[in-house]
Amino acid sequence: MTTGVAQVTTVDDVTVIATESLSKRFPRVTALDRLSVDVGPGVTGLVGANGAGKSTLIKILLGLSPATEGRAEVLGLDVATKGGDIRERVGYMPEHDCLPPDVSATEFVVHMARMSGLPPTAARERTADTLRHVGLYEERYRPIGGYSTGMKQRVKLAQALVHDPQLVFLDEPTNGLDPVGRDEMLGLIRRIYTDFGISVLVTSHLLGELERTCDHVVVVDGGKLLRSSSTTDFTQTTTTIAIEVTDTDAHPDGTRAVRDALHARGVELLEGGAGLPGAGHVLLLTAQGEETYDLVRDVVADLGIGLVRMEQRRHHISEVFTDGDAQQDTQRKEAVGHGG
Amino acid sequence: MAVEHPAATSPGDQTRIHNIGYRAYDGPRLGRSYATRSLYSQSLRGAYGLGRSVKSKVLPMLLFVVMCVPAAIMVAVAVATKAKDLPVDYTRYAVIMQAVISLYVASQAPQSVSRDLRFKTVPLYFSRPIETADYVRAKFAALASALFILTAAPLVVLYAGALLAKLDFADQTKGFAQGLVSVALLSLLFAGLGLVIASVTPRRGFGIAAVIAVLTITYGAVSTLQAIADAQDAGDSIAWMGLFSPITLIDGLQSAFLGATSAFPGGVGPTNGEGVVYVLVTLGLIAACYGLLMRRYRKVGL
Repeated sequence: MTTGVAQVTTVDDVTVIATESLSKRFPRVTALDRLSVDVGPGVTGLVGANGAGKSTLIKILLGLSPATEGRAEVLGLDVATKGGDIRERVGYMPEHDCLPPDVSATEFVVHMARMSGLPPTAARERTADTLRHVGLYEERYRPIGGYSTGMKQRVKLAQALVHDPQLVFLDEPTNGLDPVGRDEMLGLIRRIYTDFGISVLVTSHLLGELERTCDHVVVVDGGKLLRSSSTTDFTQTTTTIAIEVTDTDAHPDGTRAVRDALHARGVELLEGGAGLPGAGHVLLLTAQGEETYDLVRDVVADLGIGLVRMEQRRHHISEVFTDGDAQQDTQRKEAVGHGG
Repeated sequence: MAVEHPAATSPGDQTRIHNIGYRAYDGPRLGRSYATRSLYSQSLRGAYGLGRSVKSKVLPMLLFVVMCVPAAIMVAVAVATKAKDLPVDYTRYAVIMQAVISLYVASQAPQSVSRDLRFKTVPLYFSRPIETADYVRAKFAALASALFILTAAPLVVLYAGALLAKLDFADQTKGFAQGLVSVALLSLLFAGLGLVIASVTPRRGFGIAAVIAVLTITYGAVSTLQAIADAQDAGDSIAWMGLFSPITLIDGLQSAFLGATSAFPGGVGPTNGEGVVYVLVTLGLIAACYGLLMRRYRKVGL
């Protein structure tokens, strides 16, 4: 009964998604405009403002909506002819609410597993496993109607993973989550690849949150490819460390003491940080690698003051795309996203 | 805010999740036809509230009982009085109980399709191997089967009773078979109409009201006009009027071909020639409902 399509190997350098001048035109709007992009295994972020063509791209990749021109392959299968085979080995988590409130998470996910072709027993086992992996325990027997937004997002994620796909499409998985829930969801997404071995294509209109999670980021705007590169490529130069220290009797102004000491060692501190929590007590500097962390540690230890925190501030991915109005827009949106 | 240190992720629950370890699935994937069958059985069970909350079992089960009790009483009477025949024909039973059948369609068609639309579950189905046609077929077949169970069960009771009362075997078997054909057509027709109406609205309440309205108003209008025509001795038009409501359509069809006595005023059913039109209209309506559903779901998509 299994479909006779060759198992796609997940060796590195295998292309998971490939599109070639893919276009989608609706009568009044062009959703995708000659998009050509290759996505390898790992976690890939698809970033763009609302209406940039992200959801349209996912629909085409699932074989549900024909492209106006161009072609696309998912796991080596042509989307135009092998839609059914693709959908058997791919998971999809929609952006919007999609859960009936009157059934339990277990019942719902079991049903969805069977809809993916899993035999009844396997569907039940996989459901129990998957719900546990996404962090749902006793509550999985209660009707979904009573769940929090975070729990509902986990159920949505579970139904996308329950059939052990080779690739999942996650459409705005952090939408509507509070900062803690957002971090948990991002951690979970990271694990989908590192622990489960499932490649991920995750969309977001927030550039900042994807850089921590993704190996690779594809930026689209107005249906066009703006940039496609590995996250390390464009966050390396912009990794900023924020440090905050205590004051001691010897150094009544600890911040100033650290600033001077670092300056003496030739480390340039960045301006800014105003408006951030603890502004005035937070020092920002550009990390050149592991040595910078060691240097800060040594300087602070030598001065005998306490280090309250030292953390990466990598919210600057958007600065990479500073040409053109569209990017300005994106940046503004991101700023709003972070403020809210 | 947290810096990513893979070695020391946050303690507690998170760590516990990690340590269980992920197991890949390498068992069989049974594909599209299996998924369609799963959707069919889930929808069929759902039509009687099985696998759903206790509350949603009440109405369909109650209607099922209401549907069967009169048959049981008739059988009891027939056996007790040693009657020569059952008080009601097999083909007539569904026509008498049409209100119960209408209520059942009105309550279960929206639960079958409106819920998926309202809670936007449809995209989850279509992101899986099944196609639009599979979804429509599974839902249509499930509701038609549920209706067939509802309408055929009392016929089975009647038939069993008739055999117990030692009525003429050949006669009863023929009537029973004709009754089954009749309710099968009725099930397909009512399921189609109910689903088409329900699939237009994501609101269950509207769906229920609309289905009841279509089934009862058309019947009310048709039977009133037929009564007027009968009173004015315009007997010819009575048969043609029957084409315009689902239950009179089935009634006319079975009185023309399935040996039923018509419930039309004056007791005159359509002639064989008119009956052919009844058959064509019935089959055409069922096909049209299927076509409309396909069109509807092609648009819904993701």
